Amino acid sequence: MSTSTEQFADVSATTLLRFATAGSVDDGKSTLVGRLLHDSKSVLTDQLEAVEAASIKRGQEAPDLALLTDGLRAEREQGITIDVAYRYFATARRRFILADTPGHVQYTRNMVTGASTAELAVVLVDARNGVVEQTRRHAAVAALLRVPHVVLAVNKMDLVDYRESVFAAIAEEFTTYASELGVPEITAIPISALAGDNVVEPSANMDWYGGPTVLEHLETVPVSHDLTACHARFPVQYVIRPQTAEHPDYRGYAGQIAAGAFRVGEEITVLPSGRKSTISAIDALGESVDIAWAPQSVTIRLADDIDISRGDLLAPSGDAPATSQDVEATVCHVADRPLAVGQRVLLKHTTRTVKAIVKDIPSRLTLDDLSQHPNPGQLVANDIGRVVVRTAEPLALDSYADSRRTGSFLLIDPADGTTLAAGMAGESFATAKAVAAVDEEEGWDF
Amino acid sequence: MTTVVHAHDTTDSPFALSHLDSLESEAVHIFREVAGEFERPVILFSGGKDSIVMLHLALKAFAPAPVPFTLLHVDTGHNFPEVIEYRDRVVARHGLRLHVASVQEYIDAGKLRERPDGTRNPLQTVPLTEAIQQHRFDAVFGGGRRDEEKARAKERVFSLRDEFSQWDPRRQRPELWQLYNGRHAPGEHVRVFPLSNWTELDVWQYIAREGIELPEIYFAHEREVFARNGMWLTAGEWGGPKDTETVETRLIRYRTVGDMSCTGAVDSDATTLDAVIAEIAASRLTERGATRADDKMSEAAMEDRKREGYF
Repeated sequence: MSTSTEQFADVSATTLLRFATAGSVDDGKSTLVGRLLHDSKSVLTDQLEAVEAASIKRGQEAPDLALLTDGLRAEREQGITIDVAYRYFATARRRFILADTPGHVQYTRNMVTGASTAELAVVLVDARNGVVEQTRRHAAVAALLRVPHVVLAVNKMDLVDYRESVFAAIAEEFTTYASELGVPEITAIPISALAGDNVVEPSANMDWYGGPTVLEHLETVPVSHDLTACHARFPVQYVIRPQTAEHPDYRGYAGQIAAGAFRVGEEITVLPSGRKSTISAIDALGESVDIAWAPQSVTIRLADDIDISRGDLLAPSGDAPATSQDVEATVCHVADRPLAVGQRVLLKHTTRTVKAIVKDIPSRLTLDDLSQHPNPGQLVANDIGRVVVRTAEPLALDSYADSRRTGSFLLIDPADGTTLAAGMAGESFATAKAVAAVDEEEGWDF
Repeated sequence: MTTVVHAHDTTDSPFALSHLDSLESEAVHIFREVAGEFERPVILFSGGKDSIVMLHLALKAFAPAPVPFTLLHVDTGHNFPEVIEYRDRVVARHGLRLHVASVQEYIDAGKLRERPDGTRNPLQTVPLTEAIQQHRFDAVFGGGRRDEEKARAKERVFSLRDEFSQWDPRRQRPELWQLYNGRHAPGEHVRVFPLSNWTELDVWQYIAREGIELPEIYFAHEREVFARNGMWLTAGEWGGPKDTETVETRLIRYRTVGDMSCTGAVDSDATTLDAVIAEIAASRLTERGATRADDKMSEAAMEDRKREGYF
């Protein structure tokens, strides 16, 4: 691949893909990420020199590409990755934002964070070990966060003599498991990140594999679909009222379309008030348009002068969500202090923050085997559980399965603003049969 | 074969956004979140390309109303005159309000001491922090990008700072979906980075697409420079060159704009935006690696400065 200038000539043709990688250091994740960055010429000379110098200082013979992503002093000193690191690279067809999530430390919190904005997740396994407990956890998080595309990268194929049977068995086991969890699209790719097989260039050692390389897949996986089929949602962020001589009566509702598409002339309902009006104009950052869609930031003007403020939601009148003060959801607990039944919190949903109380924590989920443990009483850091929350005001909440943007929320500690939990309204997984309740036993914790 | 391999269309649906439109939409969303949730936001405006793009995005986010934020420039006293002239012109054109925190005034008052190496970049932290406290700014927009430096790769879009402006990586909140949590205690503030996901190339492509005017030092011109630490520095009253350093006239441009004492120029004949974009796409050095002496001090130079309250 060349970084010639003509590949950047037509900037309107390049799209953006956000993706996340999951896997432990032993699976070769750093090597894969390093190779993607290196082979797409995104690691520059001075960065490589810095990594080489630091590697020598640590007594390592080869440059340790993990040092590229381990940005904090504590991480380098302890040789661990603490936090999600964001990496950027580009090819002629796409710009990529990679959320590189650590394998061991705080893995649930970090992978949930990385997966929340990802359209694709790469799960790595070592071909010698196959699908292990960690792999099942990663698949479960991707399924829970409803990441639309999952790639299983079966790495270290060179160490199993590039045998198709090894790959096929791992691919089948993983695909069956992830499909049961409702992952809509799974692509398994046999690779050797170290040798470069099927990462950027097709492998000469695996003629039996006819699919795309990792990079080819990243470049061509669809990042958009027919948005007219989605429930259209527009959370109001800010009311624009210039009140100037030039624009004495301008009143526009600024926001980012969270889902679907909106058209001029369409009748909308404002939630939670239930008032109705018609879209009279859409201003798309300086350009007047007839239609706009997610995730465009626009300003919507209405035919009627009705009371609308930050935190309200505009939706097509024929397709408005129900409002409710009772939220049932799956949460991932991300804070060091626990979340307990009876706790008072703030709930942030789109642009609306309301008071809420945790009424119940019916169960905690073990990611290893997807078993549920009833009435844990509280959730601690990196736990995933079901919660029932009562809010002080009605919310127009979609189910997370229908809309990642308007079905998600944060629980916040009102005392100091700490983000306690990431919430997803509705059922945990696309298929209920994957999750079977079990009786509480001793020694369950992982 | 059990693998589910899908043949994808090579073209996306009509609803696909270009990468620049995606980044623009995300940045505008961030500006509007801050306008909706904070009392006294301010944009750090240096006249460098990243802060110029930030201001352009803020203007678009609230049009046809004016930008609901003031600007703050931390003036090291070693600025490029072309940049100060540009700053004042832009402020006047858009009717903005500009606060200036002056490093020179701190030195004159004896509150800060000049460093032996003459570099004033690290001296910006105290005037910045005191300006934030004095004006009670609760949200401070910075043009920092995660692609710039490895400590910045771990930075949040909303970065919580204590009353001393200090950055504690372990205190930062996980950022999920597009739900930014800006809650903070009195006296604390939040640094906000709307360009977090932009790369240097994105910034230049966006400048070209939007036709944004820049200070002329970003384009190739002849200038009297001298070599120090492998970089071309501008000769001038700020303290260079020393006796052992020779001045020569070269065709150069600036890839970043900061304090004259630690911002290096690069050899370049790129006089147009297209030529600059071509040059960056082909460059084998990062912009900070090519032009910033202050980041070369140690492996954790940026992390240490950020912890102290730097941008």
